[in-house]
Amino acid sequence: MIAYLQDHFQQTVERFYTHAWLAVLPLVIGLVLAIPLGWLASRYRRVYPGVINLAGLLYTLPSVALFVIMPSIIHTKILSPINVVVALTIYTVALLVRVIADALISVPADVRSAAVAMGFTGPGRFLRVDLPIAVPVIVAGLRVAAASNVGLVSVGALIGVNQLGSLFTEGFTLDVGSIVLLGILLCVLLALILDTTIVLTGRRLTTWQRAVS
Amino acid sequence: MRPNRVILASVATVAALALTACGGGGDNNPLATGSAPAAPSDTIVVGSANFPESTLLAQIYAGALTAKGVKVSTKLNIGSRETYIPGLQDGSIDLIPEYSGVLLQYFDKNATQVTSDDVYAALKTKVPAKLTVLDQSTAEDKDSITVTKQTADKYNLKSIADLQPVAGQLTLGGPPEWKTRQTGEPGLKAKYNVTFKEFKSLDAGGPLTINALKNGSIQAADVFTTDPNIVANGWVALEDPKFLFAAQNVLPLINKAKASQTVSDALNAVSAKLTTQVLLDLDKQVILDKKDPGEVAESFLSSNGLG
Amino acid sequence: MGVIWDYLGNSSHWSGPEGVPARVLEHLEYTFLALAFVCLIALPLGLFVGHTGRGSVAIAGTANALRALPDFGLLVYVVLLISGRLPADLAYLLPSILVLVILGIPAVLSATYAGIQAVDPAARDAAKGMGMTGSQVLWRVEVPNAMPLILSGVRSSMLQIVATATIAAYVSLGGLGRFIIDGQSQRDYSQMAAGAVLVGLLAIVLDLLVAGIQRLVVSPGVTGRFRTAGPRRRPVLISSSQEGSVVPTT
Repeated sequence: MIAYLQDHFQQTVERFYTHAWLAVLPLVIGLVLAIPLGWLASRYRRVYPGVINLAGLLYTLPSVALFVIMPSIIHTKILSPINVVVALTIYTVALLVRVIADALISVPADVRSAAVAMGFTGPGRFLRVDLPIAVPVIVAGLRVAAASNVGLVSVGALIGVNQLGSLFTEGFTLDVGSIVLLGILLCVLLALILDTTIVLTGRRLTTWQRAVS
Repeated sequence: MRPNRVILASVATVAALALTACGGGGDNNPLATGSAPAAPSDTIVVGSANFPESTLLAQIYAGALTAKGVKVSTKLNIGSRETYIPGLQDGSIDLIPEYSGVLLQYFDKNATQVTSDDVYAALKTKVPAKLTVLDQSTAEDKDSITVTKQTADKYNLKSIADLQPVAGQLTLGGPPEWKTRQTGEPGLKAKYNVTFKEFKSLDAGGPLTINALKNGSIQAADVFTTDPNIVANGWVALEDPKFLFAAQNVLPLINKAKASQTVSDALNAVSAKLTTQVLLDLDKQVILDKKDPGEVAESFLSSNGLG
Repeated sequence: MGVIWDYLGNSSHWSGPEGVPARVLEHLEYTFLALAFVCLIALPLGLFVGHTGRGSVAIAGTANALRALPDFGLLVYVVLLISGRLPADLAYLLPSILVLVILGIPAVLSATYAGIQAVDPAARDAAKGMGMTGSQVLWRVEVPNAMPLILSGVRSSMLQIVATATIAAYVSLGGLGRFIIDGQSQRDYSQMAAGAVLVGLLAIVLDLLVAGIQRLVVSPGVTGRFRTAGPRRRPVLISSSQEGSVVPTT
């Protein structure tokens, strides 16, 4: 394994980098899309069941299926990494919408009242009161999404997208287990890096929690 | 809430399927490799198929070109021929090691040439306009129908024709593309009237196929003739008197625009040094000794004064 | 219609050992086999950890660590490692099922012990006050109350297994992934799409099935479905908590 890494260092680093942005981009886009959707669902009760059920449905679909179907919906070629990004974004949104909606719904009523009394209105209240309170729950959801995205990106090797998953197909065709093991270790490393980043960012955004305790 | 969920599920499914039906019509084939970002015109992208020997040959070509100062990048382990030929045609890759007979059949399903020279001559005329083949080597690596010694003894098998009466009881293992390829199941039926009881989609002579033949879950397998496992396990590669697998000389398939004099000379020099025996030996190092294909390629090149 | 329907529209693809029904059946076999083992291992373990509170840190850590493993990589690795030493029929099936089980355990394990731990302490207290022994508290109070969470864990695990079983076609297994892998080698997008659509539908159907089971099995007191007034026909409960159970009516 060390020998392989030495011989193919550049290529492995490239694959790690590609894998990272293929996993992170959907997280970011997914979060940005899920916040307004989650807010809509929490604000308008009639929309809630529909949105949540649709999200649940999309989350049920195996990602391999999405990777394969995506080209025919968005007219890309199957080798394109865009398939992976779009499919994983859908996945991330589906996961986070429910988390965010429920988090926003469960903001305690007295906190809301206090905020209104202090003069926070509309978007200001949302950004400075509701959302920060929802951060811990969102962080938990993001962590799950990040771990699952890292694993799902590697499946992209089956449709020809070059990233850490390619180490699996390569190791398999050459019948060399250590190459596959390298891929597994690098994936776990990436998952750990993302997880730690998300947790630390969450902590920075909720300094008020620690200040109180 | 429950009935709503079922209704929603059905509606969403129908809607999604309708959406895909509208989108997926006509000539929009997602499997055709689209206009990939073209590599800078002085770089040659060397591709390989999804089996070790192809990777090895690709590394040899890449090394030989690099030694002559050509800029090279590699895209290894792409997939089956059906997958990478479109890549050659749209410029995602420029060069790939190929085998004369199967390549000819890919471009001309009705080709009947079987000897090395005939196949090569026909190939030069059938290759699409943008591509060309350079000199072929004498090294040959053919598909084969291989059986274990026990199976060969049991049914008295020496050639593929001998399979005709017993194939109905046996399972054949090979790459998924053998189900539809001329040199796969359809060809076996057409040329030898051999139909197996079952076909198992495994891989192109890779670990799945080798293991399956070893442990008996298949009785006949597509094993490449230069695979050291044949000798190592005492297997029998059945003879092919009707030339289902015609001559299979190793040669470079290249984008005409990238085949400059330097490139052609370098690759032809490599082909001159490749013989079946050399290939057998190199394959043994990669497949049995599990050496890194890049390293094996390097030592081949340096010991032949090519890299 | 679209290219997606070419493959499914061809009736010859619906019969024989490689036809759609056969592949669906194979996929279901792998799924239920793996799920059975997952439940066999993770349910008792989760119940034990949740009920006694022992080992919860270790279990939480293991469950999270297992989640970080890439499904595809683990599948390929285990196959390379052990398939050479196994007899013909099991050579690829055993490592694949093993991996499916390993990947399916975290969801059920964490849902089970979280569910048990989350049971209202007042309910547990009341049960003990009524004179129930430890195991009686477990089976008559904690489990029925934890049912929604446990079943949702089983649901996620099942979906995870269905998805990974699709990829297992890469290591020569049957099932619906076969259409995707073979379709790619043969350059037949219609076949790939057929596999994708079928797998998606199967996942949805199985999910609705478990949701249905959840509805039947979870005691109505727990779901609070019958809290709203009005005479309703009592449903037949499958749960064994029917006699003498203490159900919190918060």
